[in-house]
Amino acid sequence: MAFFLETLIGGLMAGMLYSLVAIGFVLIFKASGVFNFAQGAMVLFAALAMARFSEWVPGWTGVSSPLFANSVAFVLAGIMMFVVAWLIERLVLRHLVNQEGATLLMATLGIAYLLEGIGQGIFGNDIYKIDVGMPKEPVFVLQNVFEGGILINKEDFIAALIAALLVGALTLFFQKTATGRALRAVADDHQAAQSIGIPLNRIWVIVWCVAGVTALVAGIIWGSKLGVQFSLATVAMRALPVVILGGLTSVPGAIVGGLIIGVGEKLSEVFLGPYVGGGIEIWFAYMLALVFLMFRPQGLFGEKIIDRV
Amino acid sequence: MKLRKLALAASLATLGLSSLITAPAYAQAKEQFFPVLVYRTGAYGPNGTPWANGYIDYFKLVNAKGGMNGVKIIFEECEFGYATDRGVECYERLKGKHGGATLVQPLSTGVTFALTEKAATDKIPLITAGYGRSESQNGAVFAWNFPLLGTYWVGADVAIQHIAKKEGGFDKLKGKKIALVYHDSPYGKEPIPLLQERAKMHGFDVQLLPVAHPGVEQKATWLQIRQNKPDYVLLWGWGVMNSTSLKEAQATGYPREKMYGIWWAGAEPDVKDVGAGAKGYNALALQHGAEPNSKVVKDILAMVHGKSQGTGPKEEVGQVLYMRGVLSSMLAIEGVKKAQERHGRGKIMSGEQVRWGLENLDLDQKALDGLGFAGVMRPVQTSCLDHMGSSWVRVHTWDGAKWNFSSDWYQADEKVIRPMVMLASGRYAEEKKLKPRTPEECKQ
Repeated sequence: MAFFLETLIGGLMAGMLYSLVAIGFVLIFKASGVFNFAQGAMVLFAALAMARFSEWVPGWTGVSSPLFANSVAFVLAGIMMFVVAWLIERLVLRHLVNQEGATLLMATLGIAYLLEGIGQGIFGNDIYKIDVGMPKEPVFVLQNVFEGGILINKEDFIAALIAALLVGALTLFFQKTATGRALRAVADDHQAAQSIGIPLNRIWVIVWCVAGVTALVAGIIWGSKLGVQFSLATVAMRALPVVILGGLTSVPGAIVGGLIIGVGEKLSEVFLGPYVGGGIEIWFAYMLALVFLMFRPQGLFGEKIIDRV
Repeated sequence: MKLRKLALAASLATLGLSSLITAPAYAQAKEQFFPVLVYRTGAYGPNGTPWANGYIDYFKLVNAKGGMNGVKIIFEECEFGYATDRGVECYERLKGKHGGATLVQPLSTGVTFALTEKAATDKIPLITAGYGRSESQNGAVFAWNFPLLGTYWVGADVAIQHIAKKEGGFDKLKGKKIALVYHDSPYGKEPIPLLQERAKMHGFDVQLLPVAHPGVEQKATWLQIRQNKPDYVLLWGWGVMNSTSLKEAQATGYPREKMYGIWWAGAEPDVKDVGAGAKGYNALALQHGAEPNSKVVKDILAMVHGKSQGTGPKEEVGQVLYMRGVLSSMLAIEGVKKAQERHGRGKIMSGEQVRWGLENLDLDQKALDGLGFAGVMRPVQTSCLDHMGSSWVRVHTWDGAKWNFSSDWYQADEKVIRPMVMLASGRYAEEKKLKPRTPEECKQ
């Protein structure tokens, strides 16, 4: 029982981390109808900026405090993500208004390759460290109930809390602010939004900025866990089944999807894996998402699209 | 008219002079081509890059010292991102360039599997120092494969020997649990037959825990380790998988002192991000470790980096994977030089001639010391039947800041490995309808 609970909790926390990346996909899709293949590259780019700036800041300023270095690095990395968002809007999206979804998708694929290359070109392709003081040692709870207790990974727990806070803030932003409503209007229909005076270009910059900041938070958390290196870009692949399952237009869907995928893949690997040779968690996540799609093609919380014939 | 004659004379004189100048240069233009398959980008880039830099820096060092008995080394890189299909593409693209490839070192077990038959057809030797197919030690069947210095069966065998020594003998292994956390690829699967063989012999239990590429998600794996409580964990990872394993071990409280990595899981990129969290973690050393004080490193610093010709950053010179690249390069070059002893010093060698050289390598300690490898490695002697040449392995341990040797030298147990090699290579020969080479054929 204790082991089942441990796996379940581990899965839930891993799921929250996937959600963090999945939210980036959802944000951009909600606001522009674009499935942003560059989300993983944005996570890598942001994490590289954070890691390298926190390394360089003490040398530039002569202040060796890690808190100072991390704070300045966070601000600088945030500014870089803003510049990236602005450039993407200026150089790519502005020229693709009202184009087919597939065209925009291919454009984000190109952006992904560019960001990966430019990021590694500017910041290097070695393994870099983000040390924001996340605890690495485990804690054991309920030791008097279960022998050996239940293991909780403190780092994952804190990361899950941060992810939850971010999700709460984004939900409020989308539901309660004028900009949030404008973002949703743009997502619904570019032309209609423009006709009522919503500035499409500004909205796109804003949403790519928000997605950039989300990528920065995800990059810091994943970078602190795994080290900052190219593999961070592949983390986005882990978030794909989450958005398929949760629905591309729903922030709460990304969270619930993340939790289901996280728990599903961990339980499958631990309890089913030994019977089929193990190493199944990645494809199992996709299979789980596909099974859900058979019953709800729009995902758990996605909007059902009804077209008038 | 006079002016025309003067111009003609001047032109002829210039022509004569230039031919005098170019003649020696033409005579020196003997070049031996080495394709270099690398992965400097992608998930495995941080590990592939130092190997490639060491490999190329040694070429530059040899060229700076006058080449291979006067033959200059030329090389061309091809980036394949540790993807088997792209690795094969690189091989195909480079094999015929500059008069033909001397040999190929793919730095990937997957690519080695894919190239084994192609290389035999193209007559290009494949050096797979410390990786590749374990049964390819048998040169009678695998005439073109050279798993020099050690295979994964050697690594697994030495790991079990070391654990047995720590436990007080092989008999103490009975009832123990040893988990293998491995990269779910041909590379990661290679040690399984040897471990199962040793498990049968000594009565321990092997738990197999595959990790999917690239290995960034291992929570389920380490929860299973926490539940099963193995006495030891063998780590057969590559790239980000290694540091992730160490971080998960820390997060689940598994003692790093009980963990033993293969030599591809025992370098700086695997531990530097984990730092003190990896303290006590052990890994096998394919003879060498980090060797910043070796003579060959000093030579590279002076004659390559000192002349601004270094391939990578100066700080990585002498690190573990950099040294692996240097060793791989040296073995290749010594193979060519050995071939030259038979087929003509100062001549360009064909693939077939180089194969003979690699198959008759005889690097004793004096020769190695002379090349600058004193303290770095032990003698290597290959033959037609033994394309590996040696199986010396040590263990080194991460102290939180650097690798330190923590064991004496081991050699793989031939009594265990040889029958496995003969059985597996025999099966391969049967499947591919190959006739193993006879001792007479080997001499040719």
